[in-house]
Amino acid sequence: MKEFEFTGCIEIKELLGRKADNELQFMEIIEEVPSDCIYYHTHSYFLRHFYLAGQYPNDFANWAAIQVRDRVLGEKLGAVTLLPPKSIEDVRAEIIDIVDDHLSEIKMVPAVVYGEPFYFMKSRIIEVPLGVKTKDLAGFVKALEKVHASAVYNHIFEARLRVKKGKSDFAIWFDEVLGLHGLAGKIEKIDCYMYSLEGLREKIISLCGEEMR
Amino acid sequence: MGNVTIESYREVAPPGAIDLIMKLAGRVKKKTFLHVNSTRYGGGVAEMLHRLVPLFNELGIRTRWEVMEGTELFYRTTKSFHNALQGQEQAVTSEMYEEHRRVNNENAARLPLEADFAIIHDPQPAGFVEVKPKKAKWLWRCHIDISRPQRNVWQFLKRYVDKYDGAIFSLPSFAQKLTIPQFLVYPSIDPLSDKNRELTTEEISGTLSRYSIPRDKPMILQVSRFDRFKDPMGVIAAYRMAKKYNDCCLVLAGGGAADDPEGAQVLSDIKNAASIDKDIFILDLPPDANVTINALQRAAAVVLQKSTKEGFGLTVAEAMWKGKPVIGGAVGGITVQLVYGRTGYTVNSIEGCAYRIRYLLNNPDIAAKMGENGRDYTRRNFLITRHITDYLSLIATV
Repeated sequence: MKEFEFTGCIEIKELLGRKADNELQFMEIIEEVPSDCIYYHTHSYFLRHFYLAGQYPNDFANWAAIQVRDRVLGEKLGAVTLLPPKSIEDVRAEIIDIVDDHLSEIKMVPAVVYGEPFYFMKSRIIEVPLGVKTKDLAGFVKALEKVHASAVYNHIFEARLRVKKGKSDFAIWFDEVLGLHGLAGKIEKIDCYMYSLEGLREKIISLCGEEMR
Repeated sequence: MGNVTIESYREVAPPGAIDLIMKLAGRVKKKTFLHVNSTRYGGGVAEMLHRLVPLFNELGIRTRWEVMEGTELFYRTTKSFHNALQGQEQAVTSEMYEEHRRVNNENAARLPLEADFAIIHDPQPAGFVEVKPKKAKWLWRCHIDISRPQRNVWQFLKRYVDKYDGAIFSLPSFAQKLTIPQFLVYPSIDPLSDKNRELTTEEISGTLSRYSIPRDKPMILQVSRFDRFKDPMGVIAAYRMAKKYNDCCLVLAGGGAADDPEGAQVLSDIKNAASIDKDIFILDLPPDANVTINALQRAAAVVLQKSTKEGFGLTVAEAMWKGKPVIGGAVGGITVQLVYGRTGYTVNSIEGCAYRIRYLLNNPDIAAKMGENGRDYTRRNFLITRHITDYLSLIATV
């Protein structure tokens, strides 16, 4: 039987040296930045927030709401969903459409007055095999309780998007190796963008516990 | 530093963090690592290197730390560079630039700089890059706020910086227009140092007794140098507004007044402002008063860092590590460390600060929950274990 090996990850944060002081600049720079930048401010947001989910689940929405104090744009950008696994370019296009529509509606350009500009960054993810392997569900739960939270990110978020599998590594292993089709389905149905990594870890452990009962 | 090993951090680091560090270290075990800075003792960089270097060696990465030496004119020059890069207009003469070049060349020729990977800290030894071996990877680590540098000094330094394989900054706002990759590595605190380790009840009460600080009313605390950018007068004003409704005492603990004329003036102003209030305690502490600061932070009900300009401000992480809710000025690195409404509040005015003091004093359960969140947030983001992980990942990939 194929073992499951837990792999954590580390993010190298790179600064692009570009910033936006208003929402028009913000949109124009989003059009130009590399895809690793869009990834950094949307997907890997979850890697940086182990415990505390922010006001909205991506950096773009939080900047608009908190720094520009434009709650309307914040809410709209906060609703950008990354599921079902969308390509980074799809996410970029959706964000640009939202900001463009918003600016057309209000006929002025909201800018930072008291807050901080938006600083664009990009992400490089390094996978780190943790040397923790398991053959069955009980061993999986025991290991998941202890591994670094970045393994949860890597096997759920990274696997779904960057590796373009469309499914999490956990669901694939439950489905294809353990034959636990129901559990795999439940894992795939979790709206993971509404959880912190620790919350997600607890949720998965709880679903596995129900399966073992 | 005692017998601190990488295993000592297992108790305080996030679950799995030490295993992750060890796996990552295994990848770069054969590499040699070098740090270069300008002082062995004093200041945050030296303090951190004293801990980091032995830990990297324990992880199997042969790590050295070289310290450059300079002349009186050189240190005067680098002090001016420091101020100019942080935005204070300085008169830097051609003689000073020449002294920086000369001392860098001399030290670079004298010190052993062979290593696969090197981090050169701050502007003082930046010119060492002129002798960088071709195969080695060198990063320039900037620990200061260079978001608004004086252009001529930055242009002088930039000629060196562009020759590195990358630069490391502490905040996104410090990034510059450079031809090399720029990385973000937040500063960190050491949870096992005297400033942050667990203290006994006796150690805490002993400190309070030494300074006659009352224990029958909640303490509001700000720890910072006596500097106008830390807004100590604003802190006193906010405390006075809050005290009308909630009995409390205020402790302003800091240093830097002895060797800084401006600091001495600020301290004098604070003393004048506080003189009629017996519940304000102003402590001018020596640089090594780490246990005292630790004890004050642990005894506080609410910790303030009401700066109007701030680089990173690690006192916020120190207080959060001790489970305290923090109210900070909405500037610089404070906005990165504080999660509004979860670990404390960022504020933009004296009134806002006073309101949040009252709110936290009247809602101890919420204050305790914020303190708990802050400790977790610090554990994940601002401990030395995260710093080690960041450096290891740079060694592995640059």
